[in-house]
Amino acid sequence: MTALTLTNVCKSFGSVEVLKDINLTVEDGEFVVFVGPSGCGKSTLLRVIAGLEDATSGSVSIGGDVVNNIPPAKRGIAMVFQSYALYPHLSVRDNMALGLKQEKQPKSVIDERVNKAVQMLDLNAYVDRRPSDLSGGQRQRVAIGRAIVRDPKLFLFDEPLSNLDAALRMNTRIEIAELHRTLSASMIYVTHDQTEAMTLADKIVVLRDGKVEQVGSPMELYNNPANQFVAGFLGSPSMNFLKKVEIDLPQNGTLGIRPEQLEVVEQGRIRGRVTHVERLGGDTNLLVASDQNEVLTVRLFGQDPTEVGQSIELDFDDSSAFVFDAENQRVR
Amino acid sequence: MNTARHNRFNTFAAHGVLILYTLIALFPVFVIVINSFKTRKAIFREPLAMPNADSFSLIGYETVLKQGDFFLYFQNSMIVTVGSLFFILLFGAMAAFALAEYRFKGNLMMGLYLALGIMIPIRIGTVAILEMMVQTGLVNTLWALILVYTAQGLPLAVFILSEFMRQVSDDLKNAGRIDGLSEYRIFFRLVLPLVRPAMATVAVFNMIPIWNDLWFPLILAPAEEVKTLTLGSQVFIGQFVTDWNAVLSALSLAILPVMALYVIFSRQLIRGITSGAVK
Repeated sequence: MTALTLTNVCKSFGSVEVLKDINLTVEDGEFVVFVGPSGCGKSTLLRVIAGLEDATSGSVSIGGDVVNNIPPAKRGIAMVFQSYALYPHLSVRDNMALGLKQEKQPKSVIDERVNKAVQMLDLNAYVDRRPSDLSGGQRQRVAIGRAIVRDPKLFLFDEPLSNLDAALRMNTRIEIAELHRTLSASMIYVTHDQTEAMTLADKIVVLRDGKVEQVGSPMELYNNPANQFVAGFLGSPSMNFLKKVEIDLPQNGTLGIRPEQLEVVEQGRIRGRVTHVERLGGDTNLLVASDQNEVLTVRLFGQDPTEVGQSIELDFDDSSAFVFDAENQRVR
Repeated sequence: MNTARHNRFNTFAAHGVLILYTLIALFPVFVIVINSFKTRKAIFREPLAMPNADSFSLIGYETVLKQGDFFLYFQNSMIVTVGSLFFILLFGAMAAFALAEYRFKGNLMMGLYLALGIMIPIRIGTVAILEMMVQTGLVNTLWALILVYTAQGLPLAVFILSEFMRQVSDDLKNAGRIDGLSEYRIFFRLVLPLVRPAMATVAVFNMIPIWNDLWFPLILAPAEEVKTLTLGSQVFIGQFVTDWNAVLSALSLAILPVMALYVIFSRQLIRGITSGAVK
């Protein structure tokens, strides 16, 4: 069964087209991540799925039913927001229970589901507190709990980790991944952070300017980007793009090469000078200005003695390089 | 930077200016209150003297409480003020919510139309309002005053509140929608509590002009049983003879309820005024 099908979904605000002809399916139990730079329409797409915005045209169906004219509460979804959006006047328990109360579920069912979520998220000590008495991480767990108790067909996450600090972000990321495994629910997750996208997703949807650029598993996108945008967006440090290089390129074409695929050699096709060195312990990143005035990043594994100012020659294996044409599309 | 803040002279100067302003602002009130406790002769002999054993008299208060139905006036003023504030806040907040929250055609025009009332004084329409009240049979009722004051207060209320409503997190309202709350519950349960400081600000700004107004009570509701306090106090001011004791006592009493309401709202008020500035 498909959890979500989008058919030709368009959305415009006045004369501004925010989403252009989006087609997408999410299979049952799949974890799909929408990723793209800010302003690419990923949050709007999520809000259209949730029913918080109406699609200008096209159809949205959740669990096989077209839901275009169904209000958010009846779509069988639950959403976790970036700013947590907990009800400030309710305790943690009541925050979680409100949705079920609105559905007129019997009290025994409400208690059972809330208690289960509280156990799962380790919130026992806080059930009677107000959101203002909780830390950011705890608030986010309550927000996730509020989504779990509704037992939705589809979970929607809108940049849930953006307001957390780095350490907490990693922990919560792992918790969300575990949650996905335990519940085996369908989830859609919006982020601008490519690390979150790569680590969490079964399937990544890369969006730009309201259009889907490419859909695929993280490794598919990494190994086989369809165009220069996807190639540059995924991977950290991001891919090097060179115009002037000793290799056959199409007219106005670009060569893409990942920083980890560049090798420091005695004599290579790229010559340059090291302008900056980042020593991360596990890896060393070199910033190199080539003699063609292009800037490259080189990722070396382990610790490397290279110093700033040193002249350097680089080379790469042609099979690991990507060639893009003048329209930035991949040439295979 | 710290030296500027801890500069003794600046601190003194700032406090000096503030104290001076307070004294000037409170002086008329002070004179009214002390003179309300003096005999008529003492008021004229030495208007600025404190009441002493010789000049102390409660004759003003006695006149006020005996003559004229003072408690009724008081009650009328209270009903009109509280009623108007209630409607201003209710309808103002609702209109502000609609303007801030929903996208619809003419949203901007509607906002400007509602704000127009800030610039045009309602008293210009007095004659038309009076005609309307006569035709609807509302003359000499408290409803006439409540309706006029509500109309008078709405523009500023909508203007201030819609600014504040825009600051309420969209995520929170959307969370409510996903949990199945109706728009009314989102408005009353989620949004209103968060804009409470702004509501208090609007309440205070509207309360004092309504309580002190003489114009509309005089024109729309001059009958004995619907007189407000300000209008009621005028019986003591005659063309030839004015009962100063009674006037001053009535004014002193009229200050009390406004002060009480102000104290209730002021804690919220300060937050309301500053919350926009420091964020």
